[in-house]
Amino acid sequence: MAKGTTDSNQTVHPSEAPGVKRESLILNNRSMSWITDRICGIVENRQPFIWWVLFVPAVLLAACLGYTLVYLVSTGVGVWGNNQPVAWGWAIVNFVFWIGIGHAGTLISAILFLTRQKWRTSVNRAAEAMTLFAVVCAGIYPGFHVGRFWMVWFLAPVPNSNEIWQNFKSPLLWDVFAVSTYFTVSVIFWYIGLIPDLATLRDRATSKVRKFLYGLFALGWRGGNRAWKHYEMGYLLLAALSTPLVLSVHSVVSFDFATSIVPGWHTTIFPPYFVAGAVFGGFAMVLTLMIPVRSLYGLQDMFTLKHIDNMAKIILLTGTIVGYAYIMELFMAYFSGSKYEGDAFYLRIVNGPYTWAYFCMFFCNVIAPQIFWFDKARRTLWLVFIVVMFVNAGMWFERFVIITTTLARDFLPGQWGYYSPTWVEWLMFAGTFGLFMSLFLLFIRFLPVIAISEVKGVLPESDAHYPDWQKLKKGRAGADA
Amino acid sequence: MKGTTNSKPAYGYVAEFESASAIYHAAEKVRDAGFKRWDVHTPYPIHGMDHAMGLKKSWLSALVLAGGATGGLTALFLQFFTQVTLYPTVVQGKPTDFSTLPAFFPVIFELTILIAAFAVLGGLLVILMLPRLNHPLFNSKTFLKFSDDGFIMSIEARDPKFSREKTKELLESVGAKVVELVEEEV
Repeated sequence: MAKGTTDSNQTVHPSEAPGVKRESLILNNRSMSWITDRICGIVENRQPFIWWVLFVPAVLLAACLGYTLVYLVSTGVGVWGNNQPVAWGWAIVNFVFWIGIGHAGTLISAILFLTRQKWRTSVNRAAEAMTLFAVVCAGIYPGFHVGRFWMVWFLAPVPNSNEIWQNFKSPLLWDVFAVSTYFTVSVIFWYIGLIPDLATLRDRATSKVRKFLYGLFALGWRGGNRAWKHYEMGYLLLAALSTPLVLSVHSVVSFDFATSIVPGWHTTIFPPYFVAGAVFGGFAMVLTLMIPVRSLYGLQDMFTLKHIDNMAKIILLTGTIVGYAYIMELFMAYFSGSKYEGDAFYLRIVNGPYTWAYFCMFFCNVIAPQIFWFDKARRTLWLVFIVVMFVNAGMWFERFVIITTTLARDFLPGQWGYYSPTWVEWLMFAGTFGLFMSLFLLFIRFLPVIAISEVKGVLPESDAHYPDWQKLKKGRAGADA
Repeated sequence: MKGTTNSKPAYGYVAEFESASAIYHAAEKVRDAGFKRWDVHTPYPIHGMDHAMGLKKSWLSALVLAGGATGGLTALFLQFFTQVTLYPTVVQGKPTDFSTLPAFFPVIFELTILIAAFAVLGGLLVILMLPRLNHPLFNSKTFLKFSDDGFIMSIEARDPKFSREKTKELLESVGAKVVELVEEEV
C-alpha cells in the first residue's frame, strides 16, 4: 500500500510505461457518468420489445415446471423414466448440469478477484446472478428425486421423533451441505457487491416506490472511505472464502460418484475433472447470455471483445483439461487391468446403447473449442456463440454419459437395462430453462447488470496517481453521447 | 436543538473535488490538519486513500476468523456427537469412532466457510452501523453525486477542530470546487 502513495510526478505511471500496451478495458474514453447512465438506464428505461418476446415464453415454460412438479408429487416418482438399474436418470443429470453452470459466477468473482484480473469487473455481476439462478434450478432436482418431497427436511440435522441422525459419512449428505453453503455464500457475495450500485440507483430514482425499495436494499450506503475500507476487506475475505468453496462444491458432487464402487465412476480423477468441466460449462453459459445482452443494451464499450477473448481462452483451457480427463479415464481403464473398468468403457464407447452420446460429448467439449486457438475465432461473435452452444450441449451430454451409460451396464449382464426419459422429464427440463431465463430477465430488468462501482474503478483516472486526468477530461468534453 | 436561533444546527461541510487525484491530495492535507470526524465519499474505493486519510487496517478479518472457527468447531461437534455418541451408523464398512474423522472433513469445511461468510455480512453491518436509511448528508444535492461521479469530502461539525469559517477556508484552500454547509435534521 505504501507503494501506491508515492508521488508520481517524477516516476512514470504504469499505464504510460514503454513496452507492450495492455488493451484498455473500457473503450472510447468513457466517463464515470456515462457508465452510470448507461447501466442504470437499462433499469430505468422501458425494456426493448425483445425483452418481452423472451420473457413471456420463459414464464410459460417456468409454469410448465410448476405443473410437472405438482403432477410428480401428486402421482409419484413413477412418472419419471427412472428404473432399475438406472435409478439416477435425468433428475441427477440435470442437477449436475445446472450446478456445473453455477460455477462460473463465483469463479469469476472470487478467483479472478484474488488474481487481480481487472477484466472481471464487467462480467462478474451477471455471472454471479446466473450462478444463483442455475443453483436454484439445480436444487429442484435432488429435492424431488428423494421421492417424498415433503420429507426433504430429513436432510437437515435436526432432532426428530425417530431419534435418527443423518449419516455424515455419506457423500450425499456432504452434497447437501456443499450445495446449500455454496448458494448462501454466493447470495451474500452477490448482495455485498450490489450495495454500492443499489445506492446509485437509489440516488437516481425518481418514483417513490423505487426510491424506497432501492434505498431499503442499499442500506443507507454513503460511500465513505471509512466504509470502503471495511467493505473492501469484507469483499476480499469473501473472495478468499469462495475460492476453495467453488472448487469444493463440484468436488463434493463428484464424490457422489467417485466414492461408489460402480465401474466407470470409481476413479480418483473425478474431482478435478468435474471442477474443470464446471468452469468450462459455466463460462459457456455466461457467454451465451452476455453476447446478446451486450448488443441489446449497448454495453460494447464495457463488455469488450477483450473480455470475450479472455473467456474464450478459459473455455479453451478448461475444455482441453476435460479432454485430457476423458482420455486419461480410458487409459486408466486399460492400465489398471481391471476387467470391469475396461468393460465399462468398452460398453460406453464401442458397443453400448449410448455410444452416440459419448461421441456427441467428445465432439462438443473437446473438438469444438479447439478453434479458439485462433485469435480471430475468439473475436468473431457468431463463431464464439456457436462454439459455446456446442459446449452447453456437450456438458449436458457429459453428465448423461457418466450417469446413464454407467448405470445401464453394471457388473452382471442380468442387471443390464435401458433408460429413456418420459414427457414429464422433457417438460421439466425445458421448464428449468424457463425458470432460469425468467429469473435472468427479471435481473436485467431490476438490477444493474454490470457492477457500476467496480467498472469505475478500472478507468485510468480512477487511480489517484494517474498524471493526465485533466487531458482525459478535456478530450472527453462533448464526446459522451 | 436549543431553540435560541431560527437556523438548524450544522451537520458539517460537504465539499466536492474534481478528481480522484485532487481529493487524494486534499485528504492528505486534512489528515495533517488533525481532523478526526471526516470522510471521503467516492463512487468506488480509491486505492491508497486509507493511507491518505491515516486510517488503520480493517479489523473485520478478526471477526471472520472467529466466525470460521465457530463454524468448523460446530461441524466437528455436530458430527462426532451424532455419529459416534448418539447414533452410530454402521454402514459402508466404515468405523464409528475417532478414526472416522476423515469422513467429517467435507462438512467441517463447508460450515467453516458458511459461518465465516455470515460473519463478513454481519460484521460489515455492525461495523458500518448499517442499515441506516436516513442521514443528514442525504439532504445535500452535492453529496448525492458521490454515487455517480462526484468526489466528496465531508467534515462533521462535531469534530473538535471544526469551525464554520476556518474549515471552509481549509476546504477551499485544498482545492474544493464546491463547499456546502449541511444542516442537521431535527
